Amino acid sequence: MAFKHYVLVCGGEGCNTKRALAVHDALLKEVREQGVENEVQVLKTGSFGFCGECAAVQILPDQTLYVDVQAGDAAAIVTQHLKQGRPVARLLFDPQTTAKYFPKDVPAGHQKQLRIVLRNCGVIDPERIEDYLAREGYAALEKALFKMKPDDVIEELKKSGLRGRGGGGYPTWQKWLFTKKVASDQKYIICNADEGDPGAYMDRSTLEGDPHSILEAMAIAGYTVGASQGYIYIRAEYPLAINRLNMAIAQARELGLLGQGILGSGFDFDIELRLGAGAFVCGEETALITSIEGNRGMPSPRPPYPAVKGLWQKPTVINNVETWAAIPVILLKGGDWFGKIGTATSKGTKVFALTGKVNNCGLIEVPMGITLREIIYEIGGGILGGKAFKAVQTGGPSGGVITKDYLDMPIDYESLGQLGSIMGSGGMIVMDEDDCMVDVSKFYLEFTVDESCGKCAPCRIGGRTLYNLVDKISKGQGTLHDIEQIRDIGHAMRKASLCGLGQTAPNPAISTLKYFEAEYLAHINDKKCPAGKCRDLLTFFILPDKCIGCTLCARRCPVNCISGDRRAVHVIDAAKCIKCGECYQACKFGAVERT
Amino acid sequence: MSKLTREGLANARARAEAHWQQRWAGRQAQIIIGMGTCGIAAGARKAWDAFADELKKNNLTDVRLEQTGCMGLCYSEPTVEVRVPDMPPIIYGKVDAEVARRIVRKHIVGKLLINDHIFDRPANDAFGKKIADSR
Amino acid sequence: MKNIKLEINGKPVTVKEGTTILKAAQKVNVKVPVLCYHPDLPAWAACGICVVKIAGTAKMLRACSTPVEEGMKIVTHDPEIVQIRRTVIELILSTHPNDCLQCPRNQNCELQKLAADFGIRELPFEHRLRDLPVDTTTGSIVLNPEKCVLCGRCAKVCQQMQNVWALEFLGRGEKTRIAPAADVKLGESPCIKCGQCSAHCPVGAIYEKDETRDVLKALLNPDLHCVVQIAPAVRVAIGEAFGFEPGTLLTGKTYAALRQMGFKAIFDTNFGADLTIMEEAAEFVERFAKGHGELPLITSCCPAWVDYMEKFAPDMVPHFSSAKSPHEMVGVMAKTYYAEKMGLDPKNIYMVSIMPCTAKKYEVSRSKDMFASGHQDVDVSLTTRELSRMFKAAGIDFANLPDDETSDSILGSYSGAGTIFGATGGVMEAALRTAHHMLTHKQLDDVNFMAVRGLDGVKEAMLNIAGQEIRIAVAHWMCNIETVLDRVRAAKKANGEPAYHFIEVMACRGGCVGGGGQPYGADDEVRRKRAAGLYKDDRECAHRCSHENEEVQAIYTDFLGSPLSAKAHHYLHNQYTAKPLYRK
Repeated sequence: MAFKHYVLVCGGEGCNTKRALAVHDALLKEVREQGVENEVQVLKTGSFGFCGECAAVQILPDQTLYVDVQAGDAAAIVTQHLKQGRPVARLLFDPQTTAKYFPKDVPAGHQKQLRIVLRNCGVIDPERIEDYLAREGYAALEKALFKMKPDDVIEELKKSGLRGRGGGGYPTWQKWLFTKKVASDQKYIICNADEGDPGAYMDRSTLEGDPHSILEAMAIAGYTVGASQGYIYIRAEYPLAINRLNMAIAQARELGLLGQGILGSGFDFDIELRLGAGAFVCGEETALITSIEGNRGMPSPRPPYPAVKGLWQKPTVINNVETWAAIPVILLKGGDWFGKIGTATSKGTKVFALTGKVNNCGLIEVPMGITLREIIYEIGGGILGGKAFKAVQTGGPSGGVITKDYLDMPIDYESLGQLGSIMGSGGMIVMDEDDCMVDVSKFYLEFTVDESCGKCAPCRIGGRTLYNLVDKISKGQGTLHDIEQIRDIGHAMRKASLCGLGQTAPNPAISTLKYFEAEYLAHINDKKCPAGKCRDLLTFFILPDKCIGCTLCARRCPVNCISGDRRAVHVIDAAKCIKCGECYQACKFGAVERT
Repeated sequence: MSKLTREGLANARARAEAHWQQRWAGRQAQIIIGMGTCGIAAGARKAWDAFADELKKNNLTDVRLEQTGCMGLCYSEPTVEVRVPDMPPIIYGKVDAEVARRIVRKHIVGKLLINDHIFDRPANDAFGKKIADSR
Repeated sequence: MKNIKLEINGKPVTVKEGTTILKAAQKVNVKVPVLCYHPDLPAWAACGICVVKIAGTAKMLRACSTPVEEGMKIVTHDPEIVQIRRTVIELILSTHPNDCLQCPRNQNCELQKLAADFGIRELPFEHRLRDLPVDTTTGSIVLNPEKCVLCGRCAKVCQQMQNVWALEFLGRGEKTRIAPAADVKLGESPCIKCGQCSAHCPVGAIYEKDETRDVLKALLNPDLHCVVQIAPAVRVAIGEAFGFEPGTLLTGKTYAALRQMGFKAIFDTNFGADLTIMEEAAEFVERFAKGHGELPLITSCCPAWVDYMEKFAPDMVPHFSSAKSPHEMVGVMAKTYYAEKMGLDPKNIYMVSIMPCTAKKYEVSRSKDMFASGHQDVDVSLTTRELSRMFKAAGIDFANLPDDETSDSILGSYSGAGTIFGATGGVMEAALRTAHHMLTHKQLDDVNFMAVRGLDGVKEAMLNIAGQEIRIAVAHWMCNIETVLDRVRAAKKANGEPAYHFIEVMACRGGCVGGGGQPYGADDEVRRKRAAGLYKDDRECAHRCSHENEEVQAIYTDFLGSPLSAKAHHYLHNQYTAKPLYRK
């Protein structure tokens, strides 16, 4: 027989606080003492993410959330809530703190996320079209085909304020309108699923979890602009997504949701997949188009924009996966509904891949205008191991860092741009005190150097020169003149590179230099890496007064450069040390020091 | 199925919705495993096999084993949603084979939740009430 | 087309819709520097040097590829723009060998000029060179990827304009390089040796194989009787290296300079052109009037075209004129007819041909037919560019040489028909003048066939000779030829009337005046001027038709008999074979 109540006390493995544990124990004791142990189960759970209001306690099945609960509150919760069914008002979480972000019809809960793009991910079986149909699937297409004129669809998108989620942030309705206006015997619809930012997987998860939403949205676009063929350009490294898309396309064709005369209307539309070979630059729309055409994926100058002259020189609507996934909801719930979410210039929700040094990394969908603090400390559950937040990197290799001074700034396209970063496709990497900004900049530059297509000189040559300069600094061989060169080259790359890859490739370097110049100077002037990350600048030594001679470090050392008898102070041979840090990690007595 | 007309789609959707509602509200227990690349990489297939095996061992033939996409809780993959009639729907994280077997024995059979593996459903749903019964 | 009004550096300018910023700027005398841009090609927009500012956008845009828009306010030069361009040039130089003194493009290099214009005095950035091997496998073209600035012109010319697709970008990022597609050697690639890559390269990364030293060595050899011939298109282009306007007709000065170099006899490829016409027109008459052989007849004087046909269109072999190209005819006649007359041992005759062409270097040993005299009929073929260097090294004051120097008998005189071989449509026009005579035995009232002249890619015309309709087509730039061939194939398939009776093909734009071995910097304006020089030569010639050339008449009387005679066939004709691609 099931219990009447389940009491969930927040506090997963990542959690450092003993407070939650005390609340848990108090509740357990109270449940027993008040004799409801056969009706109530008390449990420890993974983090709810209310670290600032510890401890958080949730009661099921009624989903009541209590915050700031202390051990002393256990009696009240058990007596009042569990036995008498009256929630303890003073401990209740205030839904107003989240409600401000959402339209009224979204039931205000404690969650700060709102799933529009990811509405079906983790809910339906992506391999069954019936599951998609059960959640308003293809209702937006039906509405467009039978109740809306193409201009109505564009009007709805305009009202929604939806902007491209691939990075550029161009208003989607304008793209569609340009394509619609051009007279042409053939037009095309493309879904850009060539996701490539390191650490980003928003598109993959969407395609794997809800493939039909993309098909439906592309068909709507086909109807709106007058195109009958769509292509999904997806990286071959996403086999599961490809598999599920192929299944979805077959199912949709079988039901006549793709193909000739869709739903008995006169509208024809079909979709094919095109697999990319993993070149990052093919996420740039002109390079992507040329790749679909069977050529080497290199960008071409814009204008002309694909909206006017795209695939095979025909007008082409090209949008990113996340943009597509939002469109059916916009048509169903209305552009106004979507437009109520977000800030003045950036509407709706944005999916981020929250990674790095946070407790709860994951795929999140949040309303625009939410602050970084809310994302990192509430949704993300705070910094791993309770370390100090240093910066967050958005926009992947095209973005920049945002420092703690801006944690409370509402996130939108413009605010991120002003800080020298970009919204990008949604990578969000949290960094703590152990992350070195010179190293971070080097990491991203290495990526863009590797992924540069080689067409334009500023990116091809400038990128490598920039990397080498940063690398030199990270090794303690840099000079102040190098910093000047980084700025010069960075400026030239931003202005003279052909495509977004090259134009934004210097961003990580320029942005870290802007906010953490002192860290660069420490590498140059003092030959020190303050974060202790840049190997060439580290020295490891053993503090004699702390070493007890346990020999663990010597056993872990891969190059046998630590000597010392059992129970005698050990010594590191600095000449042989490769600075791997094994000894530092291994020592249980804090006897290995790193400077 | 043959090609749908407009009415045909409306009917198909109504059928699907009815089926969906019944599935969520029904008397059948369900185990829904997050089978995105992230889940699979973290061991969702092993969890799936363990669930299937443990259900068989306990002769629980009417429990549905389902798959879904990524729930977004990457730090706790593999993630599994468990729905048992008369119990709140629960999302479990870090479900390895051993935890999977425990879920079957303790949660499905014993109607008790599993300590340390429960995670919060991360988000509000755009369709609001449509899946309001899911937590 | 709509007119667009805009402002460049504050000056108002009106241009046609679709004009690029670069061209609009030229209209108000503003020169935006470029490196990868070439007027022959669609803007590839790689180098990033032509960036300009446009009011209202934070980005800088490339002038070469950005079309103007109504009301645009453009700034082409300000300190920031100049600094950015300078940094980009410095970056390019940081991966360039910068060994200008030993470079084939020394003093003729677009990158060198940019560096000079920007006053680059030091290289601020780390200097990195790629260690890439030089490809010398064709005997015509040398590819030195180390010097390549990856402007893409060669690949674009090869792919889009020549439709050969031999050159491609390989690798990615800083490892990107230009190489034959599939990373084979140039000699194993479909390369047709047209040399357009070398004519379009802004630097010294792809250039003609230099054989001037072989020629100088031969001239030093007392046992050798060195003779030389110049192609039609050389005389209107060689002057560009010495300060003359393109198209200036400099036949006399060139003869004089060659004589100063020490050649024993100065012949003219135009004579060979007249001879080619005698054979080819006779061949045409044979096929057209007598029905011997397939129609259309297709010209074969362009070796790059011959190579292309053997590789890409071997079904056209039966249509090809078997007549050799003019310089080969002069070569074989020098080592037989001339040798006989002069009492020389042909093995001691050293024949140098000066050509606007890199493919001629390949043609001289193309097949055993090129050894009809028993020796290699043409020993060395030099390009116009090599000739100008040789003149300079010899200290020849070219500009002040006499204009009245003449060529040498018995392979030196030419008709106007011979000289227009150097321009697209010229071979057709020359052949028609003589074919008309062969068919009607009458003089033409007007020898000028205007329909085949000019730079249109495909020129078609219908002529009436002696009451018979003759359909002709002229194509140049290889990208245009498939259109014509497809029509030939379609008509063949339909078993109907042939699409055409006579087709002329030249691989390079404008014909040989725009050849791959011509002086750098050719664009359509230069090509037109050079062609005009040839048509001027034509007008001024005493004879306008090949069959009127007295030395040509003499060669048939004294040596060959008649056109298409057995002897003529032996010396003046050759065969073609299909050459499958990408098979070693």
